[in-house]
Amino acid sequence: MVIENNNSNEARERKIKFTHYLWALIKEPYVFVAVLFLIILIFAAIFADLIVAYDPLRPNILSARLTPFSESKGMGGVANFHLLGTDALGRDMLTRLIYGARVSVSVGVLAVTIAGTIGTILGLIAGYYGRMTESIIMRTVDGFMAIPSLFIALFVLFVLGGGLLNMILILAFVRWVVFTRLVRGITISLKETSFIEAARAIGASDSRIIFKHILPHLISPLLVLATLEVALLILAEAGLSFLGLGLEPPQPSWGLMVARGREYIREAPWMIILPGLSIFLTTLSLNLVANWLRTITDPVQRWRWLI
Amino acid sequence: MKKLFSNFLFRRFIGSLLMLFIVMSIVFIVGRQIGDPARMYLQMVGSEDDVRLVRERMGLEDPIHIQYKRFVRGMITLDFGDTFRFGASHPLMQRPKEHRGEADNLATLPLAADRLPATLFLCAVSIIFSVAVSIPLGMFAAMRPRTLGDKIINVLTLAGVSIVEYWFAFMLIIIFAVTLGWFPTSGYGTFSHVFLPAFALSLRAIGRITQLTRSSLLDELSKPYVRAARGRGIPVYRIAFIHVLRNASIPIVTTIGDETINILTGVIIIESVFAWPGIGALTVDALKLRDLPLIEATIFLLIVMVLLVNFTVDLMYYFLNPRANTTGK
Repeated sequence: MVIENNNSNEARERKIKFTHYLWALIKEPYVFVAVLFLIILIFAAIFADLIVAYDPLRPNILSARLTPFSESKGMGGVANFHLLGTDALGRDMLTRLIYGARVSVSVGVLAVTIAGTIGTILGLIAGYYGRMTESIIMRTVDGFMAIPSLFIALFVLFVLGGGLLNMILILAFVRWVVFTRLVRGITISLKETSFIEAARAIGASDSRIIFKHILPHLISPLLVLATLEVALLILAEAGLSFLGLGLEPPQPSWGLMVARGREYIREAPWMIILPGLSIFLTTLSLNLVANWLRTITDPVQRWRWLI
Repeated sequence: MKKLFSNFLFRRFIGSLLMLFIVMSIVFIVGRQIGDPARMYLQMVGSEDDVRLVRERMGLEDPIHIQYKRFVRGMITLDFGDTFRFGASHPLMQRPKEHRGEADNLATLPLAADRLPATLFLCAVSIIFSVAVSIPLGMFAAMRPRTLGDKIINVLTLAGVSIVEYWFAFMLIIIFAVTLGWFPTSGYGTFSHVFLPAFALSLRAIGRITQLTRSSLLDELSKPYVRAARGRGIPVYRIAFIHVLRNASIPIVTTIGDETINILTGVIIIESVFAWPGIGALTVDALKLRDLPLIEATIFLLIVMVLLVNFTVDLMYYFLNPRANTTGK
């Protein structure tokens, strides 16, 4: 596209490099800490097997309910240090929290990826082609939006049973509509613009217009929405697991750990405080990052941050 | 005008009924066709004969169109069949043909409807509390953007949106009930009982409504008519209250509606945390007992409430926005 390359806007866009984003990130201390926390969390979730010293599943009654910063006698008289204490069955809290991060991160990221992909494709189809397909897709979306997605997820999980895979698929199934609605709205407004008209006038095919001209405009709003959705789905997973509809008990899920911890709320409050705090810090970081992404990718506002 | 309004009212009402019908049909297909309620209920303990007995008693051996017809008739007459465990109608205690019209059977819907007042009370307190807190907070932040007060409110609302409701409820119990002893840990009855659950439920709503009030007021405050009014020397808070709040009310009402629905969802967990005798706690009990008819009845009532909220929000639009074209979709 010769016309586009000569555009002065495009030229200015080129100058914004990765280092600009990094600098903008350092200027916002909250967001910087949030990003750092998320990176550590994702790292811990992926490499949980390598960085953890204890077994997250095997109970050890002798070291049950130890307070944070205490030690237990391990095999051969070696003292085991428990930074965050142990739970009712003597399993190390930090270990279980790290494995819980794996569950939360995989549920959030995978469900949002599936929902985002399906939702974006359907939104593009609905927005670009219009007519009958659009009204069928959008009526379905309206139907999904009218009923709280947690009700649907709760009932379907109850009937089909929990487990990680079911949880991911069902959360994706109830949340694709959010992406469809966003993508369709943007696509419809873009379709009216002159640069799409110009592309069509010089004979660009539909797929070229969708992938080369519409999709780039969708990336930043989709990124913001996806970040918010990951936070929302981590909360949803915690709620459903708390109700006993998510993962099965020996699995270390944060929601499940809060549910277990409620029985020891007086004697061992760290058992309930720590997993909830982990969920809170994760979703708070995601929300902070989403807010930041929104301003940083907003063409009207971003000069303020990036220069 | 009057005819237009009743037309609109009628159309929305039929739409809500249709929606209810579709959702309950999906509940029927997922619950009774894809899943097997009898096996679900008896889990591993029941033998094949027991499962067949329960299936016969629930009419699950009939052809699907007869089952569906019965389900739809049940929905119209507000009868979702009898609960498995509440009361004396345990499915294994009775012979299959006798269960209709027996005095000791407990129909599920009345059982769930009995719990309605407690839930409505809790939801009403929560939503009134969150609106009463968040609108002034949002206005306060919007009138002094990027100051320290605005930043503090921003961080607090973000925290409110990010928190896990039921975990926050436990934290409230630890602090205010166990340590300080100001409020009872759980139960129902006096006003001190409603305080902790209502606070736990309204936290996220406060966050969202404050954020939205702030941003929509900021949008509105930057419009020319506000500048004109300020130029004439009218104080800001007066402009904000009289003109801006009304013009910004449509997105705010939408969010309040959304948050009311979120509170109706949150009630499921929060009620069971505080042993609040409402529909939410009943739903959790029914889930634990794997009692499908009871779950259907509670979901039915919850969805009716959600649709009523949506309907009310639509009505509010009609009155708040005189330009709204309600004749065409």
